[in-house]
Order: sequence, then C-alpha cells, then structure tokens
Amino acid sequence: MSAHGTAYVPKSGLAKWFESRLPLVGLVHSSFVSFPVPRNLNYFWTFGAILIMMLGVQIATGIWLAMHYDPSANAAFNSVEHIMRDVNYGWLLRYMHANGASMFFVAVYIHIFRGLYYGSYKAPREVLYILGVIIYLLMMATAFLGYTLPWGQMSYWGATVITNILAAIPIVGDTIQSLLWGGYSVGSPTLNRFFSLHYLLPFMIVGVVVLHVWALHVTGQNNPTGIPIKSGKDVVAFTPYATIKDVFAAAVFMIFFAYWIFYQPNYLGHADNYVPANPGVTPKHIVPEWYFLPFYAILRAVPDKLGGVILMFGAVLILAFAPWLDTSRVRSSNYRPIYRQFFWLFVIVCIILGWLGAKPPEGGYVIASQICTAYYFAHFLLVMPLVGLFETPNRLPGSILESVTGPGKQVDSGSGMPVGAAAAPPSKG
Amino acid sequence: MAITESGAAKPDGSRRDFLFLATGAALAVGTGAAAWPFVASMAPDAATVAAGAPLDVDLAPIQEGQIINVFWRGKLIFVRNRSEKEIKESQDVKLTELIDPQPDSARVKEGHAKWLVVYGNCTHLGCVPIGHQGPYQGWSCPCHGSLFDAAGRVRRGPAPSNLPIPPYVFEGDTKIRIGEEGGKAVA
Repeated sequence: MSAHGTAYVPKSGLAKWFESRLPLVGLVHSSFVSFPVPRNLNYFWTFGAILIMMLGVQIATGIWLAMHYDPSANAAFNSVEHIMRDVNYGWLLRYMHANGASMFFVAVYIHIFRGLYYGSYKAPREVLYILGVIIYLLMMATAFLGYTLPWGQMSYWGATVITNILAAIPIVGDTIQSLLWGGYSVGSPTLNRFFSLHYLLPFMIVGVVVLHVWALHVTGQNNPTGIPIKSGKDVVAFTPYATIKDVFAAAVFMIFFAYWIFYQPNYLGHADNYVPANPGVTPKHIVPEWYFLPFYAILRAVPDKLGGVILMFGAVLILAFAPWLDTSRVRSSNYRPIYRQFFWLFVIVCIILGWLGAKPPEGGYVIASQICTAYYFAHFLLVMPLVGLFETPNRLPGSILESVTGPGKQVDSGSGMPVGAAAAPPSKG
Repeated sequence: MAITESGAAKPDGSRRDFLFLATGAALAVGTGAAAWPFVASMAPDAATVAAGAPLDVDLAPIQEGQIINVFWRGKLIFVRNRSEKEIKESQDVKLTELIDPQPDSARVKEGHAKWLVVYGNCTHLGCVPIGHQGPYQGWSCPCHGSLFDAAGRVRRGPAPSNLPIPPYVFEGDTKIRIGEEGGKAVA
C-alpha cells in the first residue's frame, strides 16, 4: 500500500475533520483502492466478489420476502403462494431468492475448488482459509433452514431427516433435538424458530466475511503461480484493475443467474415442495437440494446411523485440516504434475457423489457411494500427505512478473509488458 | 500479592483474592442465570405440552390386515391389526437373526397379540415407512431402504433399531389409550 505511495490523503476540510476522528475512508482506500493485487490473477479470482454480491442479493430479497411471509405451520405454505400470486413482483423476489441460493453455492464451490487447486489454504493463509470453511458451514445451515420455510413436503421431511440426524449425537442428541423442535416433533414452533435463525445466520455470515477479507488483506492474495509477491512489479492496484475485472465477472454471472430466474425458475427445486407439508406421508424420494447431494450420498453410504452422520460432518470438517494434511511446499497445482491429476480425480469423485446422492439407496448405487466416499477421505488423508512427499514439482518461475512476461525480462520493466501492466502505478518507492 | 506496611495482607487468603474469586463466582452464576431463560424458552411450551394429553383410539373399525395412522404429540403412530399368519411369522423368527433382538411378546400387550402399536417414523432418519411392503411384509422405508417385519422390528438397515412402541394401555378389548402407562399420563 504505502509502497505505491498512494495512501489516502483527505483534501477538503470536512474530510480531514472526519478522518482524524474515524479513519474510515482511509481504511476503504487502503483495502479496496490502493491494495496491491498480483498482476497474474485469472478469472477464478473474481468469485470472491461474486460471492459478496450474491450475499447482498440474498439478504435484500430475503428482507423483502419476510415482509410478506408468515412463519406458522398453518399459514406458511399459503403465504408463499400469496407472495407468488398476489404480491407485486413477489414471484421475482422469491425466484431470485430461491435460485440465488443455488447460484451462491455454484460460486462458492468454484471458489473452494480454486483455493484447493492453487494451494490457497497453505501458510500463511490457514486462518483465512478456515474462516472460509466456517462461512461455508454457516451457508449450509442457512440454506437448510431456508428450505424448510415454504412448509411443503420437502421442507417438512427435510427438517425431519436433518433434526433426526442431530438425535444421533450421543448423550446430548435428544436434548438438542427437543430444543430445536420446541415440541415432540417437527411442527409450528420448529418453523418459527427456523425462520428466526434463517434471518440471523446471514448476518453472522457477513461478520465472518469481514474477518475473511481482513485476513486476506493481511496475507495478500495467492495467485496462479502460488509464489509470493516479491516486488512492486509483481502487483497492480486493486482499483481500477481488480475492481473492473470483478464488476465484469459479476455482470457475466448475473446473466447466468438471470437465465435460471426467468427461464428455469423451478428446475433446481423439487415439485414435491409445492405439496403442503403432510406428517403422514413421506415423498417417494427425499432428496436434498443439489448442493448437498455429495454429503447426502456419504450419509447413505454407511449402513450405520451414527457412522453415517459422523462421516457426513467429517467430510466438511476435514476441509479445515487441508493446510496441515498437504505436505508439499509448492502451492499451485500448475507446478505439481502428479497432484494435479489427483485433484481432477477428486473433482470427478465429488461430482459422482452428487449424482449418487440423487439416486435411490439400493444395489450398485450404495456400493458406488461407498467407493467414492472412501476415495473422498483418501484424497485428504492419503493423497495430500503422500504425494507432497514423493512428487518432484516442476520448476517455478522466478517471480509473478516473470510468469507473465517470460524469463529474463523481469528487470526491464519499461518494455515487453502487457498493456495493463504498463499502466501499473509507480512501484519504485 | 504485595505485603502492605501493616502486614495485614498475606500472599494467599488475602481480601483481594477473596474479592476476585467472589466476583468471578457471581459473574459465572449471573451469566448462567441470565442464559437459562433463553435456553428454557426453546423447550416445548405449556400449550404444546397440554396438547400432548393421552389419546383414545377405538380399535373396533380396524379390519384384519389394516394399518391406521393416528397422531399423538404430532408424531405418527401405526395401529396394525395383524393376521394369524403375520403373528405366527413374527413369533417364529429366531432372535439371533434380528438386528435389534426382541421377541414378538415384547412388541405387543399380553393377550392382545393381534394389535401392534408402533411409532410410524423410521428409526434411521424419520421417514414414514410404507406398510405391507418388502420381503418381510411389515414396512419398507422409501428413503434409505430400511425393512421392518410385522412386529415393527428392523430386519435390514440402515435403521439401527426397531420401531419404538409408544406408551399405551388397553381399556377393554377394543379401545386403547395412547400416552398412558401404569395408570397415569406420561410426562
């Protein structure tokens, strides 16, 4: 920041008066204007901004939906239909919110796999990365709670299945379940508190996102080479370079988002959720939303209730240990010929698990789920530690600049640089 | 702890240490007392508890082989009028073959072997099993494939245990009261 000589200097009298009392503008300036960004970032690095945008979309549409929604078991289903039929643009707000949740997960999965591919979880970014895992857990809880609110068949049975999962916890499970239900089974008190928590958690996500961005701005961003910033020549200023790139990527993502809202608004949901909740009949197939399917497949792969629950939660929590399970000192998989292949195998296994999660729990599907579950955990517990020990990485470039301009040119900063790079702020100071 | 000029304060057992511990204890108790109403308010409320009073079920209209659904405390309960064949098969199973071994006599009330009363949610994750389905002709769960026999006993996982039996008593031959046991309503 100061290396660029572009620290915020208040000009007007009022700005100086305010800055000396609360240096807010200076904080924003150093974090989002003059902040140094590696010059070689690709478009996978725009998903952080896209995720912040989606969080904003979800909070805004959610607050407006709550103005019309009635969280009691007798009225919830009808109030959602009221939103769809009577409220001006209610259909749009609801479709934005429902599909927005899916788009939020599309973006977060790309963001997570980007971090795993480029080794963004390794030192010194462990805390940054674990904060991300916490955000992901909060997102999962929020999405589950939100899906129960329309009080359709999938809402009711989803709530029943998940609260029964918690009852598998030894000793305290039944107490936790009773406190969540507020009764002897899933019912109106359950729906009321789920609505309250669904409204609360997004603001907790906002809080952890602030910590996540703070940690990011302490360690600086990783980049496709995985090598650290060595000089001012390796970076460009956040504004305008990253800002404009993030805005462009967010606009493209919004086109994708709009396609679902306006052309396939119910494709990612379940028809059964347009049937009011009925405690006496289970839908033929209880299937969670697509973004939970891999974990659902893991849950069903184990023919033991507690074991399945442990593995399912373990599958998320094991992500938090990646910084210490991966023994390689090279961050980016671009320079790891063996691990790179295992990485893509892991991605494929995750997608197959998702496919299996939507299939009925019988015969070959169960066996395939068991094999994929074993591989999922083996990736973290065997592949990450062992490949790092035995693999010979490719030669790393000397610097981020060299990776962009080719070897030997890094000294000559005046020529042979890409157009964007030539406009970089002065970095000699 | 510094010793004062008068020499009254000792390194341990001083008034300051006492104040420190007392303040800490008051803080801990106060925090717990303040947190308690928040946690307790999430437990089933008085109206919900009142609505969970015992429920009378008339068995007379239930035909042989029929399963009816009743709700008590928001929970689904199956009442099944078992055929002679179903009773015999349930009694003849070797206990060593069972995942959660229980003789048929422990699943019904003495002298009322044809009436099976069980909770209607699978012990795996709470889905509603479908009656008269699967190789044991008891129940088959559509969610994760658990199978139950005509005594509500689990015969194939992932369900870990038999369908639980709610508290109930017979009041005559054709009436049961669910939610009562040993002459008084259950908590």
